[in-house]
Amino acid sequence: MTPNLTASAAELARLMAAGELTSEVLTRSCLARIEQLNPALNVFLSVDAESALAQARDIDARRAAGEKLGPLAGIPIGVKDNFCTTDFPTTCGSRMLQGWTPPYDSTVVGKLRAAGLVIVGKTNMDEFAMGSSTETSFYGPTRNPWDTERIPGGSGGGSAAAVASFMVPLAVGSDTGGSIRQPGSVTGTVGVKPTYGGVSRYGLVAMASSLDQPGPCARTALDAAMLQEIIGGYDRHDSASIDQPVGDLTGAASAADLSGLRVGVVTELGGEGYEPDVLARFDEAVDLLRAAGAEVVEVSCPSFRYALPAYYLIQPAELSSNLARFDGMRYGHRAGDDGTRSAEEVMNLTRDEGFGKEAKRRIIIGTYALSAGYYDAYYGSAQKVRTLIQQDFDRAFEAVDVLVSPTTPTVAFKIGERMADPMSMYMADLCTIPSNMAGNASASFPAGLSEDGLPVGLQVMAPPMADERLYRVGGVLERALEQQWGAPLLARLAEKEISA
Amino acid sequence: MTATVDYDDLLTRYEPVLGLEVHVELNTNSKMFCGCPTTFGGEPNTQVCPVCLGLPGSLPVINCKAVESAIRIGLALNCQIADWCRMARKNYFYPDMTKNFQTSQYDEPIAFDGYVDLEVEGKTYRVEIERAHMEEDAGKALHVGGSGRIHGAEYSLIDYNRAGVPLIEIVTKPVKGAGDKAPEVAKAYVSHLRDLLRALGVSDVRMEQGSLRCDANVSLMPIGSEVLGTRTETKNVNSLRSVERSIRYEMTRQAAILDDGGKVKQETRHFHEGEGNTSPGRSKEEAEDYRYFAEPDLMPIAPSREWVEELRGTLPEPPAERRRRLQAEWGFSDIDFGGIVSSGALDLVDATVVAGATPGASRKWWVTELARRANEAGVELDALAITPAQVAAVQGLVDDGKVNDKLARQVIEGVLAGEGEPAEVVEKRGLAVVSDEGALSTAVDEVIERNPEVADKIRAGKVQAAGALIGQVMKAMKGQADAAKVRELILSKLS
Repeated sequence: MTPNLTASAAELARLMAAGELTSEVLTRSCLARIEQLNPALNVFLSVDAESALAQARDIDARRAAGEKLGPLAGIPIGVKDNFCTTDFPTTCGSRMLQGWTPPYDSTVVGKLRAAGLVIVGKTNMDEFAMGSSTETSFYGPTRNPWDTERIPGGSGGGSAAAVASFMVPLAVGSDTGGSIRQPGSVTGTVGVKPTYGGVSRYGLVAMASSLDQPGPCARTALDAAMLQEIIGGYDRHDSASIDQPVGDLTGAASAADLSGLRVGVVTELGGEGYEPDVLARFDEAVDLLRAAGAEVVEVSCPSFRYALPAYYLIQPAELSSNLARFDGMRYGHRAGDDGTRSAEEVMNLTRDEGFGKEAKRRIIIGTYALSAGYYDAYYGSAQKVRTLIQQDFDRAFEAVDVLVSPTTPTVAFKIGERMADPMSMYMADLCTIPSNMAGNASASFPAGLSEDGLPVGLQVMAPPMADERLYRVGGVLERALEQQWGAPLLARLAEKEISA
Repeated sequence: MTATVDYDDLLTRYEPVLGLEVHVELNTNSKMFCGCPTTFGGEPNTQVCPVCLGLPGSLPVINCKAVESAIRIGLALNCQIADWCRMARKNYFYPDMTKNFQTSQYDEPIAFDGYVDLEVEGKTYRVEIERAHMEEDAGKALHVGGSGRIHGAEYSLIDYNRAGVPLIEIVTKPVKGAGDKAPEVAKAYVSHLRDLLRALGVSDVRMEQGSLRCDANVSLMPIGSEVLGTRTETKNVNSLRSVERSIRYEMTRQAAILDDGGKVKQETRHFHEGEGNTSPGRSKEEAEDYRYFAEPDLMPIAPSREWVEELRGTLPEPPAERRRRLQAEWGFSDIDFGGIVSSGALDLVDATVVAGATPGASRKWWVTELARRANEAGVELDALAITPAQVAAVQGLVDDGKVNDKLARQVIEGVLAGEGEPAEVVEKRGLAVVSDEGALSTAVDEVIERNPEVADKIRAGKVQAAGALIGQVMKAMKGQADAAKVRELILSKLS
C-alpha cells in the first residue's frame, strides 16, 4: 500500500482513524520521499528514521488498542531547527550549535508529542532565523521545489519546502518578521503567524523576543488550523502567553462563505516595487473574496511605511542580547581553547568562528542601536514607530474585520541573487513585518502562480486573538481557487519532477 | 603608597561623601525566574535548570514572592512603590553570567525615594534611599591556581547554583554631613538594614555567606566646595566591622592623594579584611556601557494599590520604635542597651528573654561571653552555633544551682562545639556542681583547719573574710561547687 503523499493531513488522519492507513506506512513513505529529495533540496538537517518509525508504531498500537487519539495522531511532521528537542540536535542553522542536543523539549514539541504526531526530523533555516532565503544557514541553502535554482523563502525555508515537496504533510516554524509567511508564499503553501502569545515560545531559541512567534506550516487552511489548535494555548513557562482558549480554528477553516466580513486592502502594501504578477494574483484573489460575500474597502495604514526600518532596529537590538549567551563556555561551538588563552579570548574566537556574516552584521547593528547616546535616536524611536503601527492597526480594525495584502513583493528569487545586498533581502519582509511589530495574527495563503509558474501568496491580517478570521478567509479563498483550477495549486508541483 | 594622613586631621580639610549599595539575597524558596531551590551550600551545579542556566530557548517567569518581598522592603524603607515598572537587561559578558546579560531593573525601580533614620552616639542621621530594585544573582566563579583572581588564575570553576537567586539592590542617595562619623553612620546603616530585613523575614542577611553584601562608594569633597570628588567603589566588604574600616581606610587613602595634589582614580577597589586596606580592581574610568533595555521576555509589573496597602499591613514594628519599647521593658540604661544594639545582639537578647531568661542574664551572656567568642572566631554573633533558647537553658541551669557561672561558660563552649543541648553537655563533661553535702562539708572543714586565723576573724563577725576561704574550697572542688552554697556552709560552721 502506497499512501498518497499529496493528500492533506486531515485526509490522511481520516484514513488512519478509519483503519485504512497506518502511521507506520505513512511515515515510511514520508521517509522514503525525504531520502529521495533531500539531497536536491537540503530541507532536513537531521532525520531519525528509526525513532520516527518507533513513534509511528506506538501510535498504531495505541489506536489498535482502542485508545482515543488526537485528531492528528500518527501524522509525520517536520520541526524547524530552532525548537529544542531532546532527541535531535538543535542547531538553529548555525555552526555555533552544531551537534548540540538540548536537555529539554520546547513546549511546542512537547505538545506535538502529546498529540501523537510523529517527529521525523528538523528542518533547515537561516542562521538563528536571520534571513529571507535560508541561504545564511551554515549547512547550505534549501532549494525551492518549484524551481531548485530559487530560494524557498526564509528563515523557515526548510519547513515550507518540506511541506511543499510532500516530504511531510505538516511542519512547524517560527515567524519574527515573516519567517513562516514569506516561505509559505513563495512555496505555494499555508503559513500562519498566530497572535503573539498564542503559541508558547518556551524552548524556541530566541531571535527577537518581542517579535518571535511559533506557528503552523501546511498545505491547506484546515491542516494549519488543526495544527494550531494542538500547539496553541496558554503555557505558564512563557510570560507572554495569553491565557485564553485557542478558539474554533478548524470550524473557521471550513466556513462556507465570507458574508458580512469586511476586508480592508492596505493602500501602503502594494504598487511600486511589487512585481506585476504578484499584484495581478492579489487583485484576482481579492475579487474571489468579494465574490464569496466579503465587503472590500481600501484602508490606509501610513505608519507601515516605517515598519521595516524600525524593525531593523528592534530586532537586531533584541537579538544582540539574546545571542550573547553563545560564548562557548557552557555548550555549543568553542574555538581557540588550546590551554594558553584566557576565557575572554576563547569567547571572542568562539563568536568569531561560530557566527556567520549576517548574524555578526545584526549583532553589531543591535549593539550600536542600544548603546549609550544612541539609544533614544535608534531603539527609542523605533519603539515609538511600533506604537504608531499598533495604532494604525487599531484604527483599521475598527473599520474592517481583516486586512489583506500581498505576502511578499516578489515571487521566489534566485539563490545568490540578494546575498550581496542585505537591503534587498530585507525588502522581502516588507508586508509581513507590521504584524510582528503589533503582535496581531497574520497568515499567508496561496493565491496562484506567476507567468513563470512560481507561487504568489495573499496575506491576511486579523486583530489579536482573532486568529479564526485568518482561517475563515484562507479556507474560502482556497476552495474558490481550487474550483477555478479544478485542483489544488500544489497538484501542479506534484506532477513536476524535482531535481537539482 | 602609604597613607600617613591622620584621620581627625583630614576632616578639617575634607567632607566625606558616601554612597552605599547593598545587595540582599531574598530567602524565597525558589529562584527569581524559575522553580530551582535557593538553599545555600548545595553541591555545585545541582540547583539548576534550563532557565537559570540560560539555555537557548528558555524563558523567565517572575517569582511573585520576590516581588512581594521587594515591595515590603520598599515600604519598610519609606519608599514610594511604582504603579508600573519593568525588568531590564543589563548586557555584559562575564563567565559567571549564563546569558551574558543580567535581568535587573534600570530606570523603573519597583521602589524609590525613601529614607531611614539612624542613631549614632545619640545623634540622629537621615540616610535617603534613592531606589530599591529587583535583580537576579550571577553564578559564583572559583578561580584556581596562579593569582586566584580571574586574571592570572590557572583555571576557573563556576557554580551556577546561585545564578538566578533573587536580589534586591538598595541604593542610597549621597550621604553627606556625617563628618568624622561617616564610617560609623555607614556601619549603623548596614546594621539597621540587617535588622529591618531580618524583622521582615525576607532574607537570611548573613554577610559572611554573602546574602547581604555592601559596596561602599567613598569620595572626599574639599570643605566649602559644592563639587563632589571622584569616588571609588569598595567591594568585598563582608562584615559590619569591615564597612566601617574600609570607609575609614579609603578616606585616609584618598586624603593622602589629594594632599599631594594628586587625583583619585575612579575605580573599583577590593577590601582586604586581614590587612584592613583596599587594592585596585577594575578601572571605571571608561564607564561600561550596559546597553540597558526593557526585558522583552517579562511582562510589566503593576502592583495594585490594594495589594501594596495589604503588604503595608504586614510590616513589622519599625526597629527604632521596637528598640525604644524593649529598652523600656527591660529597664536598661542607655549604655547597657546601646551595648546590646552595637554588638548586634538585640534580636538574640530578645529571643533569649522570650525563651525564659531575665533581660539582665540574657544581656550578660550575649554581650560578654558570646560576643568575645564570636569575635575570636571572626563571625557575626548570630552565626554562632548556639540558639537563644540554648542560652536561656544555660541560664536556667545556673538559676537552679546546677552549674555556677564558671561552669556555665564551659557548657556554652560545649554547645558551640556541637556536643548537644546544655543539659547533655553538663552530663557528658561532668560539669554539675557537687551537691554532695558530705564531700563539700569535708572540703570546707579541711580549709577551715588549714586557715585558723581567718576562721577566727569570721567567728569574730568579719564575714567578708569568708571570701578567701570560699576561693580555696572552690579550688579544692575543682570549681564544681556552688559558691553561694560554700559561703553558706562556711558561715554556718563558724557561727
